[in-house]
Amino acid sequence: MNVNVTINGAEKSADVEPRLLLVDFIRSTLKMTGTHIGCDTTSCGVCTILLDGTPVKSCTLFAVQANGRSITTVEGLKQNGELSAMQQAFKEHHGLQCGFCTPAMMLVGTAFIEDNPDPTDDDVRWAISGNLCRCTGYMNIVKSIQAAAATTREGASS
Amino acid sequence: MTTTENKPHTPPEIGGLGHSRRRVEDARFVEGRGNYIDDIELPGMLHMAIHRSPLAHAKILSIDTSAAEAVEGVVAVVTGELLANYDLAWMPTLSGDTQAVLATDKVRFQGQEIAAVIATDRYTADDAARLIEVEYEDLEPMVNPQRALEADAPVIRDDKEDQTSNLCYEWESGDKAATDAVFATADHVVALETHYPRSHPAPLETCGIVADVDSATGQATLYMTSQAPHAHRTVFALVAGLPEQNIRIVSPDIGGGFGNKVPIYPGYVVATAASLVIGQPVKWIETRTENLISTGFARDYYMKGELALSNQGKILGLRVDMISDQGAFFSDAQPTKFKSGLFHIVTGSYDYPAAYVNTKGAYTNKAPGGVAYRCSFRVTEASYLIERLVQNAAYEIGMDPAELRAKNFIRPDQFPYKSPTGFVYDSGEYEKAMRLAMEMVGYADIQAEKEQARAEGRLVGIGMASFTEVVGAGHGEDYDLLGLKMFDSAELRVHPTGKAILKLGVKSQGQGHETTFAQIVAEELGIPADDIKVVEGDTDNTPYGLGTYASRSTPVAGAATAIIARTLRDKGKKIAAHLLEASAADIEFDNGTFSVAGSPDSSVTIQDVAFAAYTNPPPDLEAGLEGVHYYDPPNMTYPFGTYIVVVDVDPKTGQWKVRRMVAVDDCGVKINPMIVEGQIHGGLTEGFAMSTMQHITFDDAGNCLGSNFMDYLVPTAWETPRFELGETVTPSPHHPIGAKGVGESATVGSPAAFVNAVIDALEHTGVRNIEMPVSGDRVWAAMNEANTG
Repeated sequence: MNVNVTINGAEKSADVEPRLLLVDFIRSTLKMTGTHIGCDTTSCGVCTILLDGTPVKSCTLFAVQANGRSITTVEGLKQNGELSAMQQAFKEHHGLQCGFCTPAMMLVGTAFIEDNPDPTDDDVRWAISGNLCRCTGYMNIVKSIQAAAATTREGASS
Repeated sequence: MTTTENKPHTPPEIGGLGHSRRRVEDARFVEGRGNYIDDIELPGMLHMAIHRSPLAHAKILSIDTSAAEAVEGVVAVVTGELLANYDLAWMPTLSGDTQAVLATDKVRFQGQEIAAVIATDRYTADDAARLIEVEYEDLEPMVNPQRALEADAPVIRDDKEDQTSNLCYEWESGDKAATDAVFATADHVVALETHYPRSHPAPLETCGIVADVDSATGQATLYMTSQAPHAHRTVFALVAGLPEQNIRIVSPDIGGGFGNKVPIYPGYVVATAASLVIGQPVKWIETRTENLISTGFARDYYMKGELALSNQGKILGLRVDMISDQGAFFSDAQPTKFKSGLFHIVTGSYDYPAAYVNTKGAYTNKAPGGVAYRCSFRVTEASYLIERLVQNAAYEIGMDPAELRAKNFIRPDQFPYKSPTGFVYDSGEYEKAMRLAMEMVGYADIQAEKEQARAEGRLVGIGMASFTEVVGAGHGEDYDLLGLKMFDSAELRVHPTGKAILKLGVKSQGQGHETTFAQIVAEELGIPADDIKVVEGDTDNTPYGLGTYASRSTPVAGAATAIIARTLRDKGKKIAAHLLEASAADIEFDNGTFSVAGSPDSSVTIQDVAFAAYTNPPPDLEAGLEGVHYYDPPNMTYPFGTYIVVVDVDPKTGQWKVRRMVAVDDCGVKINPMIVEGQIHGGLTEGFAMSTMQHITFDDAGNCLGSNFMDYLVPTAWETPRFELGETVTPSPHHPIGAKGVGESATVGSPAAFVNAVIDALEHTGVRNIEMPVSGDRVWAAMNEANTG
């Protein structure tokens, strides 16, 4: 079946098996490996992408379900050669260790702070509770997302 | 945060020890440009899927692969029979046992590897693997080690000639007679029987390999999720009979290890053999279920500890009996001499003359592994037992648990301290760390609140653990893996422009080596850390080392790095003397500047010296500024600390919540405080996980009940407590920079603190034990039993 998507602003199409998972379409067909696979049961969240701006676990959708839609992956966070506020914050606040959950965490964080520009610690923890991290104990991830929210607020008010 | 911050000696632009330097690794990770095993794609690459046993214990009567072979896109189906032709059906484990690569005679655990399909894509390989038909004859599954050790238990390892029972090993430490004598006359004996449940490290990236064997040249390039690439190369050479110079193991970015990526797994061997035979690269990536049911379990120790005490609360001796559930193959990755790892560190942070530890391992029909999950070879189990016992002993005697600890701690003036089981503790100030943690948490106030809370119908508990770890194996005399001495190495090359490359035998899995090891060189040579590239994980391009586990990178490879940097600094002094027309004996060095004693204006920089090393070396000196050092540590290092947890337990449901978690760690000198803090956060979370939710269980038929992330629970951000960190700094006296290692302290120390806190909330009802994971229903059951019993 033919799939047409806009991914990080670029239009891509491919002929795929109907059963091909969206995560495999992104990784194997489109060769964008920043989106990861960590479980078989939609539990870990490392495959999270933004589909029309909403975080979804790309191991739980077929590629064909993304037909005609817009996808953002970690490769699309950097704009005009500049790291996004979220990427900067993760670097600055030691929000990552092995880096495997990081692309998904940053994407969830990015979508989340658009709706919640000034989140509490609990707000962030709830928002990322569909995404596992085994290295950081989450404290610095929460701090990073809050810091990115603060930077974004300052950017908006200036 | 209460700290006695390490004050850096180097300025920020050099970025040596003590700077919270931001991580070099992050530049690629935040852009999704990490290079993990599953990101590697080679021309002509094939994909492998494994057919596994649904049964825990059964004879294999026949294997039919014809339907799988008929699937379009399938290139080959590999069975144990086929591997046997190459003498590869079995392989050695890191504990000197053997393990089936693909089962030929019988299956010994659910999930055991039976056959592998190699196909043009992963989906096809999976489809075909399901079509393999195996006929079995059921055998009685051994699902607990106590049953497995009974005389009439069927022998699981009938493949081994001398094996007539399921006894895997027996090991003891300490002095039995002296210990029994102490117990015979002690005022109090406090006993605790508890199971440290089977767990799994479950890094978010599963294990995998891309095996690329060139049939023309015989060169085998194996991209592998390996925490120990050099040791793995040697094992591959021994197992597969490939010449070692033709094996190159590349360990790319690793998405978490925690001990899961130390052993060699059957999938690695099959993929390599398949690539060798087919002549094309073969990729195998575990699914999460494969990861949880077949690779790298941890813990599973059934422990009985007894503590002998005087009426005054002085500990007199410790006696421990332990049975471990090893699964079907003994594949703990641990030093040869020690069959139950370093479990005999179980005497803990306390000074007493007598201890005896008796351990037995049992083969069972479960997955092999026995990995040191964020732990230095079974220290986690040991620390848990002694810290639980000490708290129960305090209740028995009617003392405050903190004061009982204080009364028995090894005092600072007793170091180096020889323990009754043979360890030589290098340094410690245990009471100082404990008092700091007590002050941070407001210990007295919480103790006072407990009674008041009970009057109001609330339950509050406070528990602590004052742990001592033993990390950084070896020295080589006592510590080896399959005969390979546990040294580690560093190769440092300072280039003519004063930039440098540091090559290591260890391998980061998220610990940030590329950042921290550059800081060690920056400290010693004054070259800015930003000018130093750190390379590891490629056996063709790094010096031999035993790898990263058991918190050994900083204690061993970190020491090697400091020493080779000092060696180059000494050479630099000779070059500086030549440039400054002075005597080398008069050259002083500080922060990258070599100067003549008494004339500070007469100086050259490390960059000048590096350039001269290649353009204008002294006539009597070899050119260049490069070297390699292999460091065999004189002793282990002994990080320590005190963790205190305050919990609120719901008296109606048994549900409990962490109100406070204070962690005071002493890991000696810190290279990068930010990274140390991150390591502690992560370790505390895994300790919390084990005490509350993470465990792998089996039903009576040997079915693994924790085979995915819906059944094997790991904590999300929502459940994970907030942590408050503090520190004391007691440098290791024998480590060149005084560092001790920190990656595992928190996992080792914290489970006892969480469980002790819950027990403390119920202490007045007589509850002295609840098995981990301490779930709400278990607490509720314990409360009910106490009320009715």
